[in-house]
Amino acid sequence: MTISLTPETAPAHGPSLQPQGWLRYLSFSTDHKVIGLQYLVCGFLFYLIGGALAGAIRTELLTPISDFLPRQTYNEVLTLHGTVMIFLWIVPVVNGGFGNYLIPFYVGARDMAFPRLNAVAFWLIPPAGLLLISSYFIASAPESGWTAYPPLSLTTPATGQIIWILSVLLLGGSSIFGGINFIATILKLRRPGLKLMQLPMYCWAMLGTSILVVLSTPVLAGTLVLLSFDIIAHTGFFNPALGGNAVVYQHLFWFYSHPAVYIMVLPAFGLVSEILPVHARKPLFGYTTMVYSIMGIVFLGLIVWAHHMFTSGTPPWMRLFFTIATSFIAVPTGIKFFNWLATLWGGRIALNSAMLFSCAFIINFVFGGITGVALAQVPFDIHVHDTYFVVAHFHYIVYGGTVFVIFASIYHWYPKVTGRMLNEPLGRLHWLLTFVGFNLCFAPQHWLGLNGMPRRVAEYDPQFQLINQFSSVGALLMAISTLPFLINVVMSAFNGEPAGDNPWRALTPEWLTSSPPPVENWKGEPPLVHEPYGYGIKPGDISLTDTSGRDLWRLGAGSDSRS
Amino acid sequence: MVMPIPPAILTLLLGMGLVLSGLWVGQNVSLLPLDASSNAPVYDELFKVLFSIGTILFIGIIGLIVYSLVRFRRRPSDLSDGVAIEGNLPLEILWTAIPAIVVLFVGIYSYDIYERMGGMTPLNDHSLHAAHADASDSRTWAGISPAMAESDDGMAAVPVDVTAMQFAFIFHYPDAGITSGELHVPLGQPVALTLKANDVIHAFWVPQFRLKQDVIPGQPTLLSFTPTRTGRFPIVCAELCGPAVTS
Ligand code: HEM
Ligand SMILES: [Cu+2]
Repeated sequence: MTISLTPETAPAHGPSLQPQGWLRYLSFSTDHKVIGLQYLVCGFLFYLIGGALAGAIRTELLTPISDFLPRQTYNEVLTLHGTVMIFLWIVPVVNGGFGNYLIPFYVGARDMAFPRLNAVAFWLIPPAGLLLISSYFIASAPESGWTAYPPLSLTTPATGQIIWILSVLLLGGSSIFGGINFIATILKLRRPGLKLMQLPMYCWAMLGTSILVVLSTPVLAGTLVLLSFDIIAHTGFFNPALGGNAVVYQHLFWFYSHPAVYIMVLPAFGLVSEILPVHARKPLFGYTTMVYSIMGIVFLGLIVWAHHMFTSGTPPWMRLFFTIATSFIAVPTGIKFFNWLATLWGGRIALNSAMLFSCAFIINFVFGGITGVALAQVPFDIHVHDTYFVVAHFHYIVYGGTVFVIFASIYHWYPKVTGRMLNEPLGRLHWLLTFVGFNLCFAPQHWLGLNGMPRRVAEYDPQFQLINQFSSVGALLMAISTLPFLINVVMSAFNGEPAGDNPWRALTPEWLTSSPPPVENWKGEPPLVHEPYGYGIKPGDISLTDTSGRDLWRLGAGSDSRS
Repeated sequence: MVMPIPPAILTLLLGMGLVLSGLWVGQNVSLLPLDASSNAPVYDELFKVLFSIGTILFIGIIGLIVYSLVRFRRRPSDLSDGVAIEGNLPLEILWTAIPAIVVLFVGIYSYDIYERMGGMTPLNDHSLHAAHADASDSRTWAGISPAMAESDDGMAAVPVDVTAMQFAFIFHYPDAGITSGELHVPLGQPVALTLKANDVIHAFWVPQFRLKQDVIPGQPTLLSFTPTRTGRFPIVCAELCGPAVTS
């Protein structure tokens, strides 16, 4: 019997040491597209774990007494929930996931600058995540919150806390490796002829984010090493009983963790800037001011950390400074939002799942930004600090903002990655359930905080029960909303409508190749895209003086002016 | 033929309507608990201003988005593009300048509020030290401390030493020599708490007083206020301090 291989299926250059097919995704692959998907899927698995933990929290809070979980377990659950969601879901997915998949395309490269470092960065994540979860089974999970403030973190069971520190150090290392790689790729691997100010906006967002990662994550690492000395070697850096200072830890921690909120949200800003122009058929409005506002946010983001410490006995001048600096972040952030609104205005908007999630992101984030500016005012913050008001604020930002954008991006880039479309009706159902569930879960928490419910408690005043139950119903809806999404993603991979190479008629370089793209990204030369947002009819093509605005928008109907 | 109303006028009217409704909503919300200290009404004033600004912004942006999505939506068969407007510098300057002015105003205004609540009292102020027993041997951190001598009829502040611990607050009244698990304060007379903790960080919060202060081991902190309403109010520990709650 002879086996005949058709020329197409025959391996091009003999047997490869690297596994092929789906096994690639479990291997130490150095292909940026494989690594991007590894981040995404791994992150999503941790999202499911973090979501289950959130479910446990909301179940406990159905009643004012601690009946579902013992108090200590409750604290373990909320600590794991926060750590998993931040360090294993949002940060890896919006940076490592989409960053790895898209950045080489956007700069016209065939891979990241340091492919092996890239693989190392990803492969730090699963062991670190499993280590963190395993702490619950080894001894007891950490129970001092994701902030691990001493002296509490020095007095709670040491094993869990040390495992937490180790795990966060590994994840921080992964993040730093990724950041260095993105900076090098964006600055040094650009295709000849491609200028910085011609890059798609996501590149700028990732450049800004990576600068924050590289400047601030090492500070967190150093701080946690000192904290571990305090725990293991009984040094007294942060232990007031030994002459240390607990507030110094807070400064160091927030010097990383405020920038971290921008590490979680700037990439999302970048992704939205890619999605909106494509589905509104218009150029991104105000490219240059977008770039400057990203850099403005990066700079201001580094000097606002003490707004998390307004009740920590900080001196009045410090509170004044951090109030003003924090309020001013609203200015560059506002510029971005107005630019997006202007991008939508007068477009030809496709109301698909990607667009719906993006617009819901704008609404949710604006709400979270408004409560953010309120929280930046010291006198306002003094009442609501460490209450459910803050919980509501940052979930509006992190979930309503970033997670909504992650979903928008999956609907947008799924055809690129698989060559198949996702099912639209299921996508809209997913959107509706998520939007309603999210707002029902978190909007009422503002009221809880204003009226006296602190955060991180398993028990509360019975007057808050009804509102807490609303919130839990919202959480249930959010959990249910994951089902249509999962069904859609899995079914469409096999049965989805074939997408063709460029179903959205997009102009950015990742669409100017086959779907899914070949290993080398493009057969032949990478395309040189000078105008990634060159949609629309040039205004010069129409006489503006003798047409009314209505005609102006209608004019495009017959003529498709794209080249 | 009727002349259509010019869009500029419509926009102006819409804007005015938006601002007025924002102001109205801000003045009429009641989302806060009872006010029971002299600085609670000051706080509530700030809350109303912030709520008005937030409402105007939020409704405006939602309105714009929903309008755009409906007005500019595209039929699946429509393959046309919008107009290629890539920017508009005057417009961009405008929406940089207006928010900058608004946040500057908010910052200055809230600082005025903070001053009126007594948050600006400098550290190690002598008048503060006089109020508690062991001033000489340790530094005291200032929380919110409206100058205590300032009470309307020159009444001296009632000193109370507070110790926060897992999982209770202990109140010691040096003048009367009493120690108790509840804080009893007289109506209309300033009270000066000296807060201490020995184990972990706690936070002393009375929602009806709109006051919160972290109690950090190694940092005795002063917090003063004047109760203006009689009643029983919960004291909440707002900092994660271990596996139990204080009440
Ligand atoms: C850009 C995305 C943002 C993210 C991801 C974010 C996230 C967070 C998080 C996680 C916290 C709670 C920290 C904790 O106590 O554990 C927080 C608190 C805070 N945020 Fe934001 N935030 C964002 C935007 C803003 C904006 C735009 C402002 C103001 C202009 C702001 C102001 C504040 C303030 C003042 C606090 C402290 C509240 C307190 O603890 O009392 N945030 N934010
Ligand atoms: Cu912050």
